[in-house]
Amino acid sequence: MTARVGIVVFPGSNCELDCERSFERLGASTEFVWHDDNTLPDVDIVVLPGGFAHGDYLRTGALARFSPIMHSVAEHAAAGKLLIGICNGFQVLCEAGLLPGALRKNEGLKFLCKWTELRVEVPGTPFTARAERGQLLRIPINHFEGNWYADPDTVARMRANHQIVLRYVKNPNGSLDGVAGISNERGNVLGLMPHPERACESLLGSEDGAVIIGSMLDHVMHMQPSPAGV
Amino acid sequence: MSETESLHRDLGLTDDEFQAICDRLGREPGYTELAMFSVMWSEHCSYKSSRVHLETLPTEGERILVGPGEGAGIIEVADGVAVAWKIESHNHPSFVEPFNGAATGVGGIVRDILSMGARPIALMDPLRFGPLEDARTRYLVDGVVHGISSYGNSIGVPTVGGETVFEECYAANPLVNVACLGVVDTKLMHGRAEVPGQVAILFGSSTGRDGIGGASVLASAEFDEDSLDKRPSVQVGDPFSEKLLIECSLELIRRELVASFQDLGAGGISCPTSEMTAKGGTGIRIDLDNVHRREPSMEPFEVMISESQERMLAVVESEDVEDVLGVCAKWGLEARVLGEITKTGRVEVVDRKTVVADVPSLALAEEGPVYERPIERPHWMAGINAAPAGDEAPEHYGRTFYEMVASPQIASKRWVWEQYDHMIFLGTVIGPGGDAAVIRLPGTETAVAITTDGPGRLCMLDPYEGARHAVAEAARNVAAVGARPAAITNCLNFGSPEGSGVMWQFSEVVRGIGDACRDLGTPVTGGNVSFYNETNGRPIYPTPVIGMLGIVGDPAVAVGIGFRDEGDAIVLLGTTELDDFGGSEYGKIVNDAIGGTPPNLDMGAERALHEVLIAGADAGLFNSAHDLSGGGLAVALAECAFASNRGFSVQIGGTEPHRTLYSESPSRAVVSCGQGLVDDVLALAGRHGIAAEVIGAVAADMCDFSVFATSLEEARSVWEGGLSGHLSARVE
Repeated sequence: MTARVGIVVFPGSNCELDCERSFERLGASTEFVWHDDNTLPDVDIVVLPGGFAHGDYLRTGALARFSPIMHSVAEHAAAGKLLIGICNGFQVLCEAGLLPGALRKNEGLKFLCKWTELRVEVPGTPFTARAERGQLLRIPINHFEGNWYADPDTVARMRANHQIVLRYVKNPNGSLDGVAGISNERGNVLGLMPHPERACESLLGSEDGAVIIGSMLDHVMHMQPSPAGV
Repeated sequence: MSETESLHRDLGLTDDEFQAICDRLGREPGYTELAMFSVMWSEHCSYKSSRVHLETLPTEGERILVGPGEGAGIIEVADGVAVAWKIESHNHPSFVEPFNGAATGVGGIVRDILSMGARPIALMDPLRFGPLEDARTRYLVDGVVHGISSYGNSIGVPTVGGETVFEECYAANPLVNVACLGVVDTKLMHGRAEVPGQVAILFGSSTGRDGIGGASVLASAEFDEDSLDKRPSVQVGDPFSEKLLIECSLELIRRELVASFQDLGAGGISCPTSEMTAKGGTGIRIDLDNVHRREPSMEPFEVMISESQERMLAVVESEDVEDVLGVCAKWGLEARVLGEITKTGRVEVVDRKTVVADVPSLALAEEGPVYERPIERPHWMAGINAAPAGDEAPEHYGRTFYEMVASPQIASKRWVWEQYDHMIFLGTVIGPGGDAAVIRLPGTETAVAITTDGPGRLCMLDPYEGARHAVAEAARNVAAVGARPAAITNCLNFGSPEGSGVMWQFSEVVRGIGDACRDLGTPVTGGNVSFYNETNGRPIYPTPVIGMLGIVGDPAVAVGIGFRDEGDAIVLLGTTELDDFGGSEYGKIVNDAIGGTPPNLDMGAERALHEVLIAGADAGLFNSAHDLSGGGLAVALAECAFASNRGFSVQIGGTEPHRTLYSESPSRAVVSCGQGLVDDVLALAGRHGIAAEVIGAVAADMCDFSVFATSLEEARSVWEGGLSGHLSARVE
């Protein structure tokens, strides 16, 4: 059995081909899901890839959350299945209310494409099972709006609930608490600004992205109980 | 005098050109017709001043599938793998409105690549500005970089390199060139409408009043104090539409729904309709009522020459129209039938049932004027060649080294390229900051190396020799990563062709490029000429920007510039002449001198060096390789160290060590290798007749030149801050 991955393509998405390549490289089978469809195919994992869905006009992710497929994506998450939003996908998940907080423009008011080091703060999640606590991952960022923010109560609750899964070792964009990746309360939805799909091959500079993608595939393959039961 | 007769001058046509149009038509042109001629016969679209020179360039080779004259050159890089490679300029729009000027420059070149049926997979942006001390220059740099970043990132095409050059002559006329690499997706397309009865479909953004006369009013005239009033002639870009246009076009080709294809750029609808039918020996009847417009009250001539962005023209079989419209609808793009391909050989334009234009396609597209403009070597050449090159010894070696690496010309360009997505497509094996970018082609294990080079200062001192240097250095850059130079595209940036001195520079540069390309076996696959780069009568340096493409084969053998292991031997390849300071960085930065003549360039030695670099990379001998260019050996060593955070210790001898450190003799490179491989490297160089000398070793944390030494960390921070220090400050 291979893990089945659905990669949602919005008009303006641009990392879908890279996600396809890296998920398949690690053993998954993938298919693209058009944003205008009403239902997801039978998949174990849904990926909202990076890019500029609907041109990022109005506000990043603000239009994409209204795409027809998003109902089905929310149901997929509600069923406890894995959902990951990478970069623009993270922004869409925040706008859709599937993850807390919001992503503002980078502190330096510049787009940033660079390698960053991330620290795994919460191992043992479906997204970090292959990592140890404190392990450093070298994965690049590529965004203008990656400066995550939430109100203090939300942040306190998230800390207590181990939802701040990945932090930057050196904060590149002013993100609150150095947040690079967060999960929902149940732990089956992850949003992260860095691009793990860009770091799955030593020829391109790092294989650390495979820790995150591989963990997800392991999780599906081991048919573990829903994360709510972990 | 009739209405159109007085109008033609406002549209940029001369009296003689107007008469030629009348002669060709056998009558005076109508209003819409005149507008169409004005853009198609503009310098930008017709190459009327450059054509006689460009025809001397070598354009053929085994690997060249398509040469100049189409959307982009096509080069076969491996069995069944073809790439498109092309460079363009967007200089004038970027000076008038830097953000949109630069952004739409990216959009334009991407559509050129797309029109060949290729997926755009990498961009390079060679940029030239005035000194950063000027606040307007800082505004331009910020706007241009932001424009490229905003557009390129959004359409999902990585920007993998370029140049950022600062020189006084570009202060009032910056150069914003952009090169694009594509890989033919399923089928090579041509912009040729050969079958009457087929249907032309215009799809993409709506047509508005933006960019009216961009080719004629902006790109084909020099600048003066009133130029900023031309802002309405600059187009406004919408990268979201461009991204949809890319995906939609590729889907149309994949589904075999398109017979031929061309993008809309300069000249608007007039351009592809006349060019495709002229090439195919057909005509077209255009119904302007079917053009989806941004505003209702546009005049027919405005619709015909508007340069609204993100539009394509597809010629399709009539029975496929519904399917084509369906694919466009899926991608959310407006698409309508613009007209039908006819047998008439004419472009007929109908507006509300009235014929508003009826002219031969050939007259518009191929029978424009051709000029052999007067040529005269400028009188000031003798003086500048006799002027000092600025090769006096420095007062203090350490401080001079810092002055060199801190100068914006040499300093780290990280501030620029970190704003560009340079990684998307998982192909960037070597990205910005090296000699050349190495791009693995999607779905293959084949890689190509691409770079751009344009030594304007050398071309000012001697346009022929400078152009040879431009080609040689670009080729050296791709050889340094281990790639074999294969083909070039060029962007020729010059002042007004109406000046005999500029035309002399142009003819000499083209002659130099031609000779160098023949010597190196790298044909010219096309490019772009940008004249009128002058403001208030002061032209820029003659600046040919050479985009070189090399073939790597296996991306795993590509070599970067950064040192690898402490203790590795550092080998200097090639011969250093101690007085090669004409037009050098050292002369300008340290001694404030721009003079002399370019260094002597021996193409035999240059070719031999490339063979050493390629063979060494293939055999896995090198842990790093870097060509020597601006700033000579000292700067090259520093760049190897900064890229890797490993220092070096080298022995620099001689009575005037600054000459060894900063001389800019061509045909040289510095490589590092394991100590056990030194003999192999020396033997390889010997076989090719290239001088090779072990000058030192990779060390921990010092830049030790023996005559002086600095800490690596301090030198690196000086280099990192040289550009960003100017630009991070608030713009007044």
